[in-house]
Amino acid sequence: MSILSLPWAEICVALPLFGAGVVGFLRTPIVAGRWTLGVSLVVFGCSFLPWAALSEGVPGGTWFAVDGLTAPLLPLVALLHLLTVLATSRVKLNRMSLGGHLAAEGVLLGTFAAAPSAPWVLVLFLALGTLQPFFELRRRGNPSRVYVLHMAVFVGLLAGGWVAVEVGATAPGAVLLALAVLIRSGTVPAHLWVADLFDHASFGTALLYVIPLVGVHAALRLVLPVAPEWILDGIGDVSLLTAVYAAGMAAVENDARRFFAYLFLSHASLVLIGLELHTTISLTGALCLWVSVALSLGGLGLTLRAIEARYGLLSLSSYRGLYDQSPALAVGFLVTGLGSVGFPGTLGFVAAELLEDGAIAAEPFIGVWLVLVAALNGIAVLRAYFRLFTGTRHAAPIVFGITPRERLALFVLSTLLLGGGLIPQALVASRFRSAETLLRGRAASTGAEWPADAHAEH
Amino acid sequence: MPELTLLTALGVVVVAAPSLLVAALGISSLLERPLSERATARAVSLATGLGFLASVGVFVLMLTGDSRHVVIGLGNWVHIDRAGPEPHYHFSVVFLFDRLSVPFVALSLVLCGTIGAFAHRYMHREVGYNRFFVLYSVFTVGMVTAGLAGTIETLFLGWELVGLSSALLVGFFHDRPAPVRNALRVWVVYRMSDAALLLAAVVLHHMSGEGDFDQLTGYREAAEGTSWPFGRCLLTESQALVVGGLLLVAAAGKSALVPFSGWLPRAMEGPTPSSAVFYGALSVHLGAFLLLRAGPVLDASPILSWAVFVLGLVTAGYAALTGRVQTDIKSALSFASLTQVGLIVAEIGLGWRYIPLVHLLGHACLRTLQFVRAPSVIRDHYGLENAMGGRPARPADPPGNSPPNRLRTMAYHFALERGHLDTVLDRFVVSPFVRFFRACGRRERGWTDALAGRGTPRPAASQPRPVEVEQRT
Repeated sequence: MSILSLPWAEICVALPLFGAGVVGFLRTPIVAGRWTLGVSLVVFGCSFLPWAALSEGVPGGTWFAVDGLTAPLLPLVALLHLLTVLATSRVKLNRMSLGGHLAAEGVLLGTFAAAPSAPWVLVLFLALGTLQPFFELRRRGNPSRVYVLHMAVFVGLLAGGWVAVEVGATAPGAVLLALAVLIRSGTVPAHLWVADLFDHASFGTALLYVIPLVGVHAALRLVLPVAPEWILDGIGDVSLLTAVYAAGMAAVENDARRFFAYLFLSHASLVLIGLELHTTISLTGALCLWVSVALSLGGLGLTLRAIEARYGLLSLSSYRGLYDQSPALAVGFLVTGLGSVGFPGTLGFVAAELLEDGAIAAEPFIGVWLVLVAALNGIAVLRAYFRLFTGTRHAAPIVFGITPRERLALFVLSTLLLGGGLIPQALVASRFRSAETLLRGRAASTGAEWPADAHAEH
Repeated sequence: MPELTLLTALGVVVVAAPSLLVAALGISSLLERPLSERATARAVSLATGLGFLASVGVFVLMLTGDSRHVVIGLGNWVHIDRAGPEPHYHFSVVFLFDRLSVPFVALSLVLCGTIGAFAHRYMHREVGYNRFFVLYSVFTVGMVTAGLAGTIETLFLGWELVGLSSALLVGFFHDRPAPVRNALRVWVVYRMSDAALLLAAVVLHHMSGEGDFDQLTGYREAAEGTSWPFGRCLLTESQALVVGGLLLVAAAGKSALVPFSGWLPRAMEGPTPSSAVFYGALSVHLGAFLLLRAGPVLDASPILSWAVFVLGLVTAGYAALTGRVQTDIKSALSFASLTQVGLIVAEIGLGWRYIPLVHLLGHACLRTLQFVRAPSVIRDHYGLENAMGGRPARPADPPGNSPPNRLRTMAYHFALERGHLDTVLDRFVVSPFVRFFRACGRRERGWTDALAGRGTPRPAASQPRPVEVEQRT
């Protein structure tokens, strides 16, 4: 029996949950912080093992099993959680719920590790995932009604849709599931909770709740296999509207957290558009964009969080001139921000190219809008950069430079973004295989036609 | 065959030398271990010198050999292959060496090298010395990539690098609001220009299935040895009008043609070396270069050719008039530059190819010289007066040829307001956009408040307050 025969997917889910229990007993924030960091590091290391087991052909469990689609997502999720803890300053540890952080990580890993053959596990973990932000909002005494209303409807639709599909009412079930996905992904008009969550929850919690794009995962696992064509078209139309609207809002928003929320909404919608087109190239582009968005917006969010930790809430209505205070944070903001909008040399460039190409083949009209969304998002990112880091000289008696931990977190994310941009082939090939598997599964379960993509060469 | 191998090797050096410069300056900066000024200057000289020598080598080999059209492919950057008629996708990096790209790239490397040496002294001990050269190297790579691009996507890659480095260098003196505001305006115009270029690629793909310039301009199907400027567009007239129209918008944004001319004087906020090489010499010509590259597309549509001709003339007239009332040397030079760019574009619209290329090369060199002399123009003027023994006489207005006073006043106001181009764009494009989305934002907050219950306290972002750190993060 090799070490890969162990149930690593289950262990990845259980480890952070167990860690959350241990950390909950620790009363000293510094000690609890060290434990959390240690557990996150171990979980990150373990998160590669289900992938390794998969490549060795070791079968997964009944409830938890990874496939080509989710195997790379476990390390991605674990990395985002690890870097968030790593970049949290010591003075914040006493305000951060470290146990809640680890519990959320366990639930999120469970969401992505849920076996495709056991959709109820996915539904259960999707519902459980909504709890941690709620508990945090309550613990801080911040308003939670907007969040609760949206998430209650999400869970209701999710459960109702799953039950309906299970009893054979596929079309109504797919409609309910699609609506649940749209709410969780924050598409217009069910997007209010995203900006509200960023307004009232801690930046770290809000970031980790939205960035892994759980809604997209739910769409792939629950909606794509059963939904008729017109439901996917509907998701695509709403997502396109959201992408354009959120890009416009991000370009004019004067609150840094809301700017980030709209930028995220625009990108999440772009990924959903790629799914809706359901051609292999567009789906490959969407899956690549998923990884790119998680890395780039994760980095951008951590940068904003680090600046907030120094200067409080950030307004974009005036210039703040923080460049000289911390050039490294400014560069990190620029690299991750431009990476998110698909700037050449970053992973997002390839992803956006693939998505654009798939869109042209399937629906040229959507391709035109995708170009405009990318242009608007680029304007929004540079506008925010100029407002935060330039325009004046920030007079402060003490210079709050980047800390070594923050530098390491940003360095890792920037390296992955730029490295992935220079050598994207491995990721693209892996996502292409997943896209094929997903579409083949859809063709088998719904009788949908196998997509005939246009030949594309650059 | 050995000649082709040597040519390929030299072609790779042309692209690799400035790319390595970016890597050297960029990685050391990211690690916060920037190179010393001396090392930076040497690296810039080495990279641009090597790239230039390699481009001259390519030029000589092309002259001595039979080939006037060499395509160098660096392989598939991304590829998805499947057997049979199933979908497949390739993103290959292709560079094209021909009569257009080789002179343009050689010019780019000469001017970048010259201005790099100038900037080494000009920026000596400046706080942002390293930042300047990092952005400068990104610009050089962008120009070389755009100049040699064999596909629209590769061109787009270089085009974007040029745009970003330009915008950040306009805002180089970033502790004042004016340069930053102007940088954002430049960036917005560039993004719209980028969008038009990408849309052109999108439409071209949709119409022909490919984005190669070879395919677009018909060189692939043409007879052996045929190359720029003797291409034949394979698109129909209406298709050429659509693709060419989008390329014209992209070129207008990049070259500050009317109605996008407003950003050019604003771009003069940057350091003089970057103004010289960007807006006097190279990036302002990139739009004209794009039109030259897409020449066969223009030839395929008479309407498009006329549009290019008229736009060029209008821009030249506008810039000539506006430039006469500028009161600072860099703005005056920028409008003088724009006048010539307008004429170059008009020449392209007339169907000429070599004349605008020669015009472009000559104008870039002359304007670079004028820009780098701009900081010492008063000293030069004193020198002139000393040499002449007095002030030169002001030429009198020729009697009877002056336009009526009212017309002169109107023209003066028009020129002083720079044709109201920025005002028009602000009033009819920017303001409605901002007003619409701000209104949406207010309405959203109202809905959120309604859902949350009246009187929900929403924290407001404010000025820096280090003591508030504990409250939210």
